Amino acid sequence: MTAPTTGTLEAPTTTGVRGGRRHRSRIRDLLGVVPFFVYVAVFLFIPTIVVVVGAFAGDDGRPTLENISALADDYIVEAFVRSITLSAVTAILGAVIGALVAYAVVTAGPDSLVRRLVTSACGVLAQFGGVTLAFAFIATIGFSGFVTVFLKDSLGIDIFSGGMWLFDLPGLVLVYTYFQIPLMVIVFLPALDGVRPQWREATESLGGSTFYYWRRVAAPLLAPAFIGSTLLLFANAFSAYATAAALVSQGSPIVPLQIRSALTSEVLLGRENLGKAMALGMVLVVALVMWLYGLLQRRTSRWLD
Amino acid sequence: MTSSGVRLEALRRQFGNVHALDGLDLDMAPGELVALLGPSGCGKTTALRILAGLEDSDSGRIIVGGKDIANVPANKRGMGMVFQAYSLFPHLTAIENVEFGLRLRKQNAAARRKRAQDMLDLVGIGAHASRFPQQLSGGQQQRVALARALAFEPEVLLLDEPLSALDAKVRVQLREEIRRIQLEVGTTTLFVTHDQEEALAIADRVGVMRAGQLEQIGSPEDIYRTPATPFVAEFVGLSNRLAGRVTGDVVEVLDTKLPLVAGASVHDGPATALVRPESVDVTADADGTGRVVAVSFLGPLARVTVALPGDAVVVAQLASARLAEMPPGTAVRVVLRPVPVVVSAA
Repeated sequence: MTAPTTGTLEAPTTTGVRGGRRHRSRIRDLLGVVPFFVYVAVFLFIPTIVVVVGAFAGDDGRPTLENISALADDYIVEAFVRSITLSAVTAILGAVIGALVAYAVVTAGPDSLVRRLVTSACGVLAQFGGVTLAFAFIATIGFSGFVTVFLKDSLGIDIFSGGMWLFDLPGLVLVYTYFQIPLMVIVFLPALDGVRPQWREATESLGGSTFYYWRRVAAPLLAPAFIGSTLLLFANAFSAYATAAALVSQGSPIVPLQIRSALTSEVLLGRENLGKAMALGMVLVVALVMWLYGLLQRRTSRWLD
Repeated sequence: MTSSGVRLEALRRQFGNVHALDGLDLDMAPGELVALLGPSGCGKTTALRILAGLEDSDSGRIIVGGKDIANVPANKRGMGMVFQAYSLFPHLTAIENVEFGLRLRKQNAAARRKRAQDMLDLVGIGAHASRFPQQLSGGQQQRVALARALAFEPEVLLLDEPLSALDAKVRVQLREEIRRIQLEVGTTTLFVTHDQEEALAIADRVGVMRAGQLEQIGSPEDIYRTPATPFVAEFVGLSNRLAGRVTGDVVEVLDTKLPLVAGASVHDGPATALVRPESVDVTADADGTGRVVAVSFLGPLARVTVALPGDAVVVAQLASARLAEMPPGTAVRVVLRPVPVVVSAA
């Protein structure tokens, strides 16, 4: 009876030692990601909690729905409509033009000079928003921009004859599209690279034309990546602030500028929790976009299991 | 199913300075399976792609069923094709992939679905009809690709190294399946491969290509037993390169006179004979001049490498049961069987 007893006693001890080692090893592994969690907590979770709590709090700190109710005010609703319109239009323009540019780049070959030049340029231009971009547009097609002056003096064309469009929604569409296109090139290029030449050849050998290939094979395969990229572009435009802030000095046509007003304007001073309510509204719009993105992911995951 | 004969006449194709095809001629009888075999860059895939219409030839004729189709676009040629890998449409299930060509031919949905299911059953994968390609193994994907290529009853079936991305066991299984199905449907088939075992195992005839031309075409047995050139002898199967001397229609190698293969035109004098390992016999003999330097166990067979006087080395293929007689270091006697051999200039 002794031997089995000994065996029975030893086994758990060994397992226990191994389990303890494994546990310590797992703790060591988790230590490596602590900086990431700290970063996410400080710059994402805590601000989000502050925004959510603030949106439901009055100036005296007591719970209220006043800020949320104020989101239905005409000027805020209009700001949301303009923000969504601006984001949607620039996302679609950027996605279509960017996808065409990306396709042109792919056809140039994987190691071509054109590809290297375009991808490098796009990497820079996609991050070229903010004050610098606004200034670049003001210097070229602003009231005294050199292109504006040239067109007016040499060709008699006044691009501002219809109004100050550059400093309103149409101007924002133009400027946002400028950084949306390169972003689309960068995010859509991998999807185009993933399209295998065998699929086109298989379509041909099965009797399909080029049009049929695009309609039945390439388009359905690329659609999730295209729509996903468009949603990304939408979120990118929706949350952009600096470019609009530098370009628009009169009024607050879009939500980020309305939030600025709520925080700094003399008219709305002291209503910073209304700003938080608007920020919560933005979070919800972006969450909706991410939910749509998730639906797409679920659909394509069937192909990628 | 209608199956057509194929004739490629004087096909030429140049990429830059490289002559991928240099006047290739090939005839295939209706229902025949011809394997094009050769090293990388010999032009075999180019020939297949030109026949499929996926590449243009610089000159030459492509005749299928008596008609020159050189100017017919790929999507009008009616040829089924199986690629090396990754050719299934990933967003379509197995059965939808098979239906693809039938849909293009405007078959009604019910007939299309039945035909596709029948084809999947034929290739032994009917139970996985609703799976997406990524949910299938490599071998299963190639079965679906084969079903897809055959579903619309092509005049010619083109197989572009369809087994090269698969592991060894699946490769053997699937090549036998391909042959069974090809015999069953009777489609004229061109099979391109760099794997000699594959080509010899399933083809009616094997064409060995080199530098854009057919070096030899014949039955697998002809190609193996009576190679027309030193290149074929060396590329197909293993050969010992043994120094010898040609006199008339024999070559003397290791004190043994061996007949030359029929049609060989070589001058008398020193030459290198290409001798198959299975034509070499080795027996343990304390007075033998050879010494075993290595043995390789290959299951039922084994290879024994023997060093001979004068730096010559010869490899013999024996029943592995005899390995026990001759561990490395054993003195052995080497005897060549008098089968016809190919010689090249010394």
